[in-house]
Amino acid sequence: MRRIVTRPDVPSPIGEAVPRRDGIAKVTGTARFTVDVDVPGLAHARVLRSPYAHARIRSIDVGAARRHPGVIAVVSAEDLPDVRLVYGHAVADHPLIAVDKVRFAGEPVVGVVAEDAATADEALRLISVDYEPLPFVQSAAEALSADAPIIHERPGEQRPHRGFEEDIERGHPNICSSSRQAWGDIDAAFADADLVVEGEYRYPMCYAYAMEPYTAVATWSDGELTVWTSGQHPYMVRDDLANCFGLPLAKVRVIVPYVGGGYGSKSYTKVEPLTAALALRAGRPVRLALSVEEAILTTRGDSAVVRLRSAFDRDGHILGRQGRIFLDTGGYAENSPLVGRKAANRLGGPYRIPALEVTCDVVYTNTAPASSFRGFGAPQVTLAGESQLDEAAGRLGLDPLELRRRNVLAFRERPWPRARGMDADLDADLTLAAEEIGWHERARAGRGKAISLSASDAGSEPITTSILRVLSDGSVTVMCGSTEIGQGSSTVLAQIAAAEMGIELERVRLVQSDTAAVSYDRSTGASRTTTLMGLAIQAAAADARTQLVEWATTSLAPNGPDVIAQAGGVRIGDAVHDWGAIVRAWFGGAAGEVVGRGYLRRSGATEEMPPFWEIGCVAVEVSVNEATGEIAVERLVTVGDIGCAINPQTAEAQDVGAAIMGLGMATREELLYRDGNLMNGNLFDYRVPRTTNLPELRTVLVERGDGVGVYGAKGGGEGALNPVAAAIANAVERAAGIRLREAPFTPERVWRALQDRDARLAAERTGTAGTGAPAGVEPADRG
Amino acid sequence: MHERIPVSLVVNGRRHDLSIEPRETLADVLRERLRLTGVKVSCDAQVCGACTVLVDSLPVSGCTFLAADADARHVRTVEGLAVDGVLSALQQAFIDHAAFQCGFCTPGMLMTATALLEDQPDPTRDEVIHGLEGNLCRCTGYAPIVEAVLAAAAVGASEPQA
Repeated sequence: MRRIVTRPDVPSPIGEAVPRRDGIAKVTGTARFTVDVDVPGLAHARVLRSPYAHARIRSIDVGAARRHPGVIAVVSAEDLPDVRLVYGHAVADHPLIAVDKVRFAGEPVVGVVAEDAATADEALRLISVDYEPLPFVQSAAEALSADAPIIHERPGEQRPHRGFEEDIERGHPNICSSSRQAWGDIDAAFADADLVVEGEYRYPMCYAYAMEPYTAVATWSDGELTVWTSGQHPYMVRDDLANCFGLPLAKVRVIVPYVGGGYGSKSYTKVEPLTAALALRAGRPVRLALSVEEAILTTRGDSAVVRLRSAFDRDGHILGRQGRIFLDTGGYAENSPLVGRKAANRLGGPYRIPALEVTCDVVYTNTAPASSFRGFGAPQVTLAGESQLDEAAGRLGLDPLELRRRNVLAFRERPWPRARGMDADLDADLTLAAEEIGWHERARAGRGKAISLSASDAGSEPITTSILRVLSDGSVTVMCGSTEIGQGSSTVLAQIAAAEMGIELERVRLVQSDTAAVSYDRSTGASRTTTLMGLAIQAAAADARTQLVEWATTSLAPNGPDVIAQAGGVRIGDAVHDWGAIVRAWFGGAAGEVVGRGYLRRSGATEEMPPFWEIGCVAVEVSVNEATGEIAVERLVTVGDIGCAINPQTAEAQDVGAAIMGLGMATREELLYRDGNLMNGNLFDYRVPRTTNLPELRTVLVERGDGVGVYGAKGGGEGALNPVAAAIANAVERAAGIRLREAPFTPERVWRALQDRDARLAAERTGTAGTGAPAGVEPADRG
Repeated sequence: MHERIPVSLVVNGRRHDLSIEPRETLADVLRERLRLTGVKVSCDAQVCGACTVLVDSLPVSGCTFLAADADARHVRTVEGLAVDGVLSALQQAFIDHAAFQCGFCTPGMLMTATALLEDQPDPTRDEVIHGLEGNLCRCTGYAPIVEAVLAAAAVGASEPQA
């Protein structure tokens, strides 16, 4: 790892690669995940799912299942008249169990609770459902045709947690939401252009494959609901549960133990309402632990079709970009309206663009619901945007790196009116990537290099709180609603608390993600936790210190001398008192504690949106096997521009993990639908990267202290994924002279493109060419 | 009631005489009956390696290995790696190299790597890469895991840390 550090010095243990605090638990098997939660009387649930992509439910016969020995409850929508069945934080369109119809194959129709999961499975086979199949659509293009079946007869209610305010008219009943981003005179930009690059790009339906499938345990007691869940956002889940069951927020307790992978796929509500409803009818605590096959059918990433035109002058300056994005959200909205909003914001890229016009339609189809997934619209659109920069460079005879340099946003320059200025030196980041990949050294035959860049308006809304308790021995308990999903928040946030209170890290305990114990945080996503929760903890620590200094004055030095705050306590004259001594003195005994409060909202430094720009800067070197069409990413460079690495080891780990995940989606991962059903909804057929796919890695962490967060930090963790597919496509073009516009770049697609190239070259040699469109403007094969 | 059969397993050195249903997998028995919940099940189809445990020192997928087939055999799980609270060199190397993030793959990864190092105490990088090919990890991008296994080999993986 190479570190570029120009930020001011930071207090210990900030910037130190302290060992992860979840390490012992995770290497000894004692780390508790939701599936490990046991409560007395626990019963087990399984779910009967629709085999049809779109069907009306005529009737459900559960008699035999109810009579099966060991079965405790069999529950369909008609058994839940006292529950508000339709939830959704953005658009209330999602029934926790099918009501009257199903909108995708795999939708839950009946839940069974039994003494054990095997018995529940047996009971599922005794249920018969009479379906009336309906016509279905499985792509955005089909869904938007004039005679397409309507998937939601009534539009769902727009909910307050949607995450953005504006909306534009929906042009078709199968459009879930539309977003638009525009500025400047787009017609003039294209009229003035020396070069226009056009193309249609496709990004696949992907599965995050968090190795722990969605799991919840629910129990009711005295009208209060407690749910343990694998979800990333306990407070969002709490709000949906309170709404479904008509409870005050205070009567819903959501606890998140260790989470076995999230990557955004465990954002928002998944199986918790159904689990709670089953527990309500069973009168028992219930665990619903999905299989991987069921998890794939629960949430996937939004697939995208992106049509983009980019106008350039002859020097490679971008004059304008005009785009049309279609995201396929499947049967339900989930968080796709916000993914669409962000995709529209992110298509232009981190460049100075005089005129831009982008529309993004989020479209319902009869496929598994899509929602947040690492990168959140950025990987989908960056493939288009960054591909066209390299195409333009090729056609203008410019170095792609130089073309980016001519366009990239300067420090503090706003990409669009009212957006926060760019809080990064992107030109310097590009230089680092170029150095590490050896940009100016010629690649070997059959290999190609590329550098690709993205910047995401990340961080979500700053609505974050923290409580920091200084105990009577001076040790500290920090309460926060951010979840440890593997990203290292339990380590990084404790480091911040230790530094702010000036105490040893070993004297800090972090309590996370229990809505009855810790205070509110909107979410753990959008790479926000270090930055926003870090600020809330910093504020709580300051509040605690202020009180402690006042208490020291009152109790230890009422008549002077002055109380001087210092690391770990105060100095009064020549005497030093640690925080615990002040607590004890003020309470006048051996006990007590101080409660520090940290609140963060859209105010002051976090007024402007986004709270920070999340930078993605990668370089790759690929080889192309001309015989098989296989692409190998031989070398991969990540440049993590994160302001300040609170813990460089966890920060670097996020970049590597994100980039390899991006490599998987770029080269191999795609969920495939045919005839209404998912064809490869299991880990045999959906192939994620393995050890043998690992490229040679070089990582750079850049710390210029330019973020809004503590010590100049800003978010990381998604950035390194976002430009990977584009970088690979561009590197393949330089290696083999083929332009790939549809991810994943499977051997078959690459091989076909190589055949087309050879045919075109042969035709040119024999002089029969001339019918084809120029490179870069031919339409894709499908569509 | 379903038919039951007796099995006798020696798990992490301790003998358990159990009466189980023939359909129960080794992962089920370890997790649900013996509460060794360090054993994790993910793909449930012998693809991901998360449920890997050692049966007579050979790695098997607990999700598809019938508990009855482990009768009278020695089973090792992640809970058995540390001796008297002292981490194995491999466990310590996983911490030192941050060879995990969410930790869900970690027990299986550790068991596969333990078997690898017992079989080949001084593996090459390629041998580690190929030895771990059957274990998926979605967080780390694998690089720190490979480094950790090589580092553990360098200090002697089967020896507890001093």
